[in-house]
Amino acid sequence: MTPPLLEVVGLQKYFPASTGSLFRRKAGWVRAVEAMDFTVGEGETLGLIGESGCGKTTTAKLILLQERPTAGTIHFAGTDISALRGAQLMEYRRQVQVVFQDPFSSLSPRMRVKDIVAEPLEIHTDQPRAEREERVAHVLHLVGLQRDVMELFPHEFSGGQRQRVAIARALVTDTRLIVLDEPVSALDVSIRAQIMITLEQLQQELGVSYLFIGHDLATVAHISHRIAVMYLGQLVEMADSLEMCTHPLHPYTQALFIAALPAHPDVPYERLALTGEIPSALAPPPGCRFHTRCPRAMPRCAEEVPARKEVAPGHMVACHLY
Amino acid sequence: MSITTIEPEILVSTAPAARFGGWREWPLLSLAILVPFVLAALFADIIAPYDPTEPIPGLKYFTPPAWMEGGDSRALLGTDFQSRDILSRLLHGARISIIVGVMGTVVAGSIGTAFGILAGYLGGWVDQVIMRLTDAWLALPAIVFAIFLATLLGPSLWNIIIILGSVYWTRYSRVIRGEVLSLREREYVKLAEIAGARPKRVILRHILPNVLNTATVLGSLTIGVVIIAEASLSFLGVGVPPPSPAWGLMLSEARSTLMAGKWWLTVFPGVCILLVVLATQLFGDWLRIRLDPQQRNL
Amino acid sequence: MNEMRMPEMLLQVRDLQTHFTSFGGSRVVKAVDGISFDLRAGETLGLVGESGCGKTTTCLSIVGLLPAGARIAGGSIRFAGEELTTKTQAEMRHIRGRAIAMILQDPMASLNPLFSIFTQVSEPAYYHQKIRGRPLRERVKELLHSVRIPSGAQRMREYPHQMSGGMRQRIVGAIALSGGPKLIIADEPTTNLDVTIQAQYLDLLKDLQEATGVAIIFVTHNLGIVARMCDAMAVMYAGRIVEHGPVRDLFNAPKHPYTRALLGSITKLGSKEPIYAIPGQPPNLARLPPGCAFQPRCAAALPICAMQAPGIARHGPEWTARCWHTESVTKEIHDAAIA
Repeated sequence: MTPPLLEVVGLQKYFPASTGSLFRRKAGWVRAVEAMDFTVGEGETLGLIGESGCGKTTTAKLILLQERPTAGTIHFAGTDISALRGAQLMEYRRQVQVVFQDPFSSLSPRMRVKDIVAEPLEIHTDQPRAEREERVAHVLHLVGLQRDVMELFPHEFSGGQRQRVAIARALVTDTRLIVLDEPVSALDVSIRAQIMITLEQLQQELGVSYLFIGHDLATVAHISHRIAVMYLGQLVEMADSLEMCTHPLHPYTQALFIAALPAHPDVPYERLALTGEIPSALAPPPGCRFHTRCPRAMPRCAEEVPARKEVAPGHMVACHLY
Repeated sequence: MSITTIEPEILVSTAPAARFGGWREWPLLSLAILVPFVLAALFADIIAPYDPTEPIPGLKYFTPPAWMEGGDSRALLGTDFQSRDILSRLLHGARISIIVGVMGTVVAGSIGTAFGILAGYLGGWVDQVIMRLTDAWLALPAIVFAIFLATLLGPSLWNIIIILGSVYWTRYSRVIRGEVLSLREREYVKLAEIAGARPKRVILRHILPNVLNTATVLGSLTIGVVIIAEASLSFLGVGVPPPSPAWGLMLSEARSTLMAGKWWLTVFPGVCILLVVLATQLFGDWLRIRLDPQQRNL
Repeated sequence: MNEMRMPEMLLQVRDLQTHFTSFGGSRVVKAVDGISFDLRAGETLGLVGESGCGKTTTCLSIVGLLPAGARIAGGSIRFAGEELTTKTQAEMRHIRGRAIAMILQDPMASLNPLFSIFTQVSEPAYYHQKIRGRPLRERVKELLHSVRIPSGAQRMREYPHQMSGGMRQRIVGAIALSGGPKLIIADEPTTNLDVTIQAQYLDLLKDLQEATGVAIIFVTHNLGIVARMCDAMAVMYAGRIVEHGPVRDLFNAPKHPYTRALLGSITKLGSKEPIYAIPGQPPNLARLPPGCAFQPRCAAALPICAMQAPGIARHGPEWTARCWHTESVTKEIHDAAIA
């Protein structure tokens, strides 16, 4: 059986936190990511949902090797990426790319589109210029842009078009996994749907896998095959997309569903039973990190960290209620 | 499954249609001053009525300007203590001042920008070393240091350019480093790093083009400073050597005669220095606003 | 529709035009090109549209805080019986913060990092209602309590950097209420907030509205917020209101293709149905096409749409739309076009 494309086991990342402005003392650790396990298969999309401080951006950085994990392993196509050096590291970078949220700062303002998209090719291959340009034109066509945009500069485009350029750049080197960090959040509503459709089409045509990070449940659920919900650095629930939407089990996931706004004024609106603010990752609550806000918290929740259980095939939950 | 297909984009450029709205856009005053001086510098050989280093035959020393009593129409702005034509000397002097100003700025800018980029991007001990070097350099009084170097190297046009370049690079390294620190965090730089680009590539393709704006504005403001520095050095006798008609040198040579009423020997070169420096400052200011996307369109 | 006891008319905007001039006067962009709407006391109007449609400029025009290069070029804004377009800045200062308050998008930028919470929340009450001393402290405590900030007495002494985004936005709400306004203009107040925090904040706004009877103009691009919060909705496109009416009517049977398209592009939770995407790009206000501004992207465009801009058609007592299609034709053509 082929290993999944991306396999993350026991991933942990703590950042040292210091206090004091003049003399910096170490005050403890920011537990950004704790005990994350997940996989992304070939041609599959895993959606990562959570609010600020949940660790989804840190997880992305760990996968992109912008940070080193404090513990745990990340395997890509069977190989442990923390051991990669030299040519193997370059090969990893060729196969794993990223698209960021802000289309306005992710493209170099003084480079033409054709150079921006061709850059990964220049770094990783020895292709002659003509071949590179053909590849760039091909990839631009895949994302819905015409050839003649190649000579233009980023500031001559709208946000949605720039995001397409960013996606084109992420695909140009036969990428196998793209990490998408809130790729449509900064775009206009009417453009969002265009980009989502483009991403879905690309996945069908090229078989590329996505790690889709977002905060809008509906958008993430639509594009993902499976969804993982994070809260304060921990994975609280993971399931098939449809299963998650019809049977959300964890109280936090349920809160996210309630908080998601109605599609019609007549849809009955339930008030959120959630109270308080999101605690700081510097001093996360003991036991289940969610218990301070959970409407169904029990005494046990403050003491014991809930273990992950597979409550239904493919549906994992970390909660004492189950 | 019917997905609404996305047509290849019909591109509508969102950049403003007209780059220049008309005469209001140009820095008229600074260009009105600079263009004649630059032309003078370029074509001095052709325009100047006489050789700047040779006395005009048949004319006394200290002839006043043509419109004054005792003046001669052959020497429009008068002659100096060696009967050399002031006008020709001014025109050739423009060449020297502008060359020194521009080249000195280029040298200073190149050194300073390079240091700034390395310090800002590479960080760590490279940053520390360069910054401490900058601090130390800044602690030296510029003109005094220039004089010191000039006495060491000896007076000549190229030496002056190199000296002034070596004195004034510090203002670049500080500012450019600051800009690079913020550029380094931009997403497109991070993306290049994630894509596997090595530092050299990131610096040349992403960082350098984006600091050129700032470097150019700084440059236009530095030209004025360098010209004054050169004039000061020449005034003190350690700049461009005589008989070159450097404006500062003209001031120096005429210093003793100012009180004796031979005002045209000092006022004209002085006014030239004033105008050129003023014009470069104004131009630099215009450039700064023009290159700043937020201010530009008002 | 209760015709008997209609609340008083609070704000009447008629044919408002706000223009931006740049490049020394050679380029004029009509950010707001003739919009009209009414707002009654206690009502919530959702101002919907994408970036560049003119919704923020409309709000800034109402409170008189247009940036350099922008000015009201025509139309009228009547608030509580007074004409706002002719007022001087000094006169507007009496209205801002007191009768009309604003809540902006970025809570980090709305609060001054140098001043304590107490100073900032008390400011409108201090200047407009001239409250001082102990009554002022009581008022601040009351306001903090009404926006559900726990331990108000202690929080008053703290500073913005000690609070989370959601809390800061609530403090901004407290400042807005402090002067006792009749109208609050909220410009995308929840866009930067987390989903669950947003839900709590919207619940809070709804409760405050019921308690104080304040009218709200809620600027957003999120139709879910409109469905939750608003009584009426005005959809803007390229500086014009293309459809305006009661929320239920617009959601059930939108008359304008843009409204219809926006509603159609909402992803329904849990469904894998294909999303409807509006083709094309948002309009460039400096170079609008002749005729209807939405025509290049409209699935139901008729030849006349490219030639002449449609006038306002009335579909109900409070319901208008700018479209050449009459009621019977719209739905058929549109459904056929996107099938």
